[in-house]
Amino acid sequence: MRIGVYICHCGGNISDVVDVKKVAESIKDNEGVTFVRDVEHMCSEEGQKYIIDDIKEHNLDHIVVASCSPLFHEKTFMKTVEKAGLNAYNFEMANIREQCSWCHFSKGSATSKAIDLVNMALAKVRSDIPLERQKLPIGRRVLVIGGGITGIQASLDLGDSGFEVYLVEKEPAIGGKMAKLSKTFPTEDCATCIIGPKLADCAEHPNINLMTYSEIESITGYLGNFTVTVRKKPRYVDIDKCVACGICADKCPVKVPDEFNEGLSLRKAIYVQNPVAVPRKYLIDEKNCKRLVQGGKICGICEKLCTQGAINFEDKEELISFNVDTIITATGYELFDPEKKPVYGFGKYSNVLTALQLERIIATGSSGPPLKPIGKRVAFIQCVGSRDEQVDRENCSRICCMYATKLAQLLKRLDPSRDIYIFYTDLRAYGKGFEEYYKRAQNAGIKYIRGRVAEIREDSQSKKLHILSEDTLSRKMIEGEFDLVVLSTGIVPSSGSEQIADILKLARSADGFLQEAHPKFRPVDTLIDGVFIAGCAQGPKDIPDSVAQGSASASRAMRLMNKGVFEIEPIIAFVHNDICDGCGLCINSCPLKAISIENGKAKINEVICKGCGMCIADCPNDALDLRYYTNKQLMEQIDEALKTKKEGETRIIVFADNTCTYRLADNIGTARLSYPAETRIIRVPSVSRITPKLLLYAFKSGADGIFMGECDNRASPYTGSVDKIKKNVSLVKEILKKDGISEERLKFAELLASLLTDFYKHITELTKFLKKEEPISIEKRERLWEIAKNELFSERVEA
Amino acid sequence: MSNKLILSDKNVEFTEKVNEISGEVVTLCEQCGTCSGSCPLVAEMDITPSNMMRLVELGDEEVLDTKTFWVCASCFTCTTRCPRGIDIAKVGEALRQIKLRKAIDRIDIKNIAEEDRKILPQVAIVAAFRKFTS
Repeated sequence: MRIGVYICHCGGNISDVVDVKKVAESIKDNEGVTFVRDVEHMCSEEGQKYIIDDIKEHNLDHIVVASCSPLFHEKTFMKTVEKAGLNAYNFEMANIREQCSWCHFSKGSATSKAIDLVNMALAKVRSDIPLERQKLPIGRRVLVIGGGITGIQASLDLGDSGFEVYLVEKEPAIGGKMAKLSKTFPTEDCATCIIGPKLADCAEHPNINLMTYSEIESITGYLGNFTVTVRKKPRYVDIDKCVACGICADKCPVKVPDEFNEGLSLRKAIYVQNPVAVPRKYLIDEKNCKRLVQGGKICGICEKLCTQGAINFEDKEELISFNVDTIITATGYELFDPEKKPVYGFGKYSNVLTALQLERIIATGSSGPPLKPIGKRVAFIQCVGSRDEQVDRENCSRICCMYATKLAQLLKRLDPSRDIYIFYTDLRAYGKGFEEYYKRAQNAGIKYIRGRVAEIREDSQSKKLHILSEDTLSRKMIEGEFDLVVLSTGIVPSSGSEQIADILKLARSADGFLQEAHPKFRPVDTLIDGVFIAGCAQGPKDIPDSVAQGSASASRAMRLMNKGVFEIEPIIAFVHNDICDGCGLCINSCPLKAISIENGKAKINEVICKGCGMCIADCPNDALDLRYYTNKQLMEQIDEALKTKKEGETRIIVFADNTCTYRLADNIGTARLSYPAETRIIRVPSVSRITPKLLLYAFKSGADGIFMGECDNRASPYTGSVDKIKKNVSLVKEILKKDGISEERLKFAELLASLLTDFYKHITELTKFLKKEEPISIEKRERLWEIAKNELFSERVEA
Repeated sequence: MSNKLILSDKNVEFTEKVNEISGEVVTLCEQCGTCSGSCPLVAEMDITPSNMMRLVELGDEEVLDTKTFWVCASCFTCTTRCPRGIDIAKVGEALRQIKLRKAIDRIDIKNIAEEDRKILPQVAIVAAFRKFTS
């Protein structure tokens, strides 16, 4: 092995505190080190040229750069190493800036820590296995789940770009909630008029395979190779034959509430979802059709009247399977059920409506008598099912302030003598043109009362509604009688989203909506490669934002598929086939289901595995391992971190997850804050990779305390990692206790990269605690290792 | 002032009357409080100018019994600074008008002491009578 080591001065950032020459001198004769050079600025062109030239001149095969944080320049140097013809993963960085010279101010301890850090990097690089970024082929087929405006936009973008789209919608027609609206805020475009052409485009598009009245039955596989099974519900009307003449519905004797009009009108058992439905094809409601419910030869009027012979009472549901390469989940939202808020009397008082019902009244108003008379005095109640922990809805639904403002103006325009009050909690007019729209409503004389309505009483004779509230601006109690009360119900996660989340193993945030991979930079990605989310499935949104996310998810999907091949990250779990006995205990330890047993050995699916390493602890034979962070590498790093520990010194090993804790430690350095220099930080993708055995190994090797930090559940890119770590930690704590060692020596915390003081607090508290404790005897340490080697797995089973 | 307000057609009529006299649209007020913060005489008032605006918006006639619009010196700072462009001083003037039209004088020459009358500038007396008497 021929390792080249570079030590950076960083223009004084490092060399003012760390004695760079001393570091170089002290490691130059270490195992494998061929060449050491200290450089003023490693990241400069000059610095990188050194690496390229030295690799050639000294025939180096591995490179260690001791400089800033790998989060800062790892990619830069990996590219340089690759340019010089080496494997990019035959490279390691020692972080002697953020985690050394910037946070430890004593030259002596900073320099000796820097030497340890370089030695730890050397230890790791000595056991490096060359890694290849594997390339796999990928096709151009996409599944879009949900035919609302978001899914429609995604499908059209993909279809127009030449990708093959399967658009699956559970309702008999596409268009989603938007198709039900009267007008859209703040521009007051007619909703049907603007969505209509898009619906038609979808239906006619040569690249879009539209599957309405269909639900996802199952999805298996992974990026580039998903198998989708769709359950197509029976319509009992052959859509190829139906010409939508409507004779059947005219004569159908069964009347039931019309869902599309929110129950305000009746439809027949054979019906078309709405007058402009796409596809405009009839279907029979099997729950209400006399023939389908009672069987035999009953009724059948539609069948007799249909001139096209389109009616088929024998229609059966169909399972259709196909393969896709990527998936977009646009499963939308549902409206909060106002009956969960009984003080508002929805369902009990006939003049209490939801805003969507009012939308339908206004939308259908121009073509006949209104579905319901509206009256002169109207009150809107905001935040029904939003910002209300009584009903477990903490979030703001974002659209209600503006849709109430819109509906109020539409009502006022229909009859200017109307008195309209909007009872609100806070008014949120955040979007483009919203504030101006709100002002227009105020100018029209619509009154905004700042207060949440406490209760509504109905006059049993007149059916008028009596409202009690406070105007918190004037601090006056407000009472008033109204002809109509409109509940601005909030957006809640749809049952469809829940179902798809279960099928695809998608994470959900605390509010129940689907969780994006990163709240700022990956708003439509999920943690599962090739699966995207868009629109209200991710959280409440108005139409422009939903459309933007529809387009964004399409473009993210195209980004993966367009090249025809995709690269997979090589840092994933692997199996030591010589040790694996195929027991299968690991299968369930992977939340992504990346592990299977093939030919009597565990097999890792390289596309699915995200490289968290939480499976490793579950293998009784140590047959599982993580590339680039192997057991051997970690043990050697631990050895190096503890080798220089002096008599009477306490030393803490920190296992830091790459996403939060390692970054947090960096940020402390960047802020020039300090924490005890006794710490040695070891970076891993997720601390769930650190097995109980490794923890015990660290204690055996001389660690006085161990701190483990992982992103909290909201920020972690690895589902279930925190739970796994807690399990590992409690197991090791039990063993420590049995051995008479204080369990306080092992500490785990969930961290966020922004909370600097948390990390500082944990480390200093642990240091203080350790300084008070007696050192652990060598006998006790050895005993721990005996347990780790011989009894750990049976302990685990007992636990 | 009571702490209760019943909303009815009467409120709407009152708000519209103020709108008509002042030429402003009082419902445009978004209760930001700039007027109150700017008013040099706010300490002498029983309710703040923004509170006055709120009561007018709600159509609460109790606003007519407050001192605020009488204390107003018509300096127009509120009007100049209102982010929604409402002429608040004009709204105050409208309230005075409503009150004065009921033939209620706010000052009476007999109640001004002899010695005060002597030292008050003539222009102030004329202005006061124009503003405070019907």
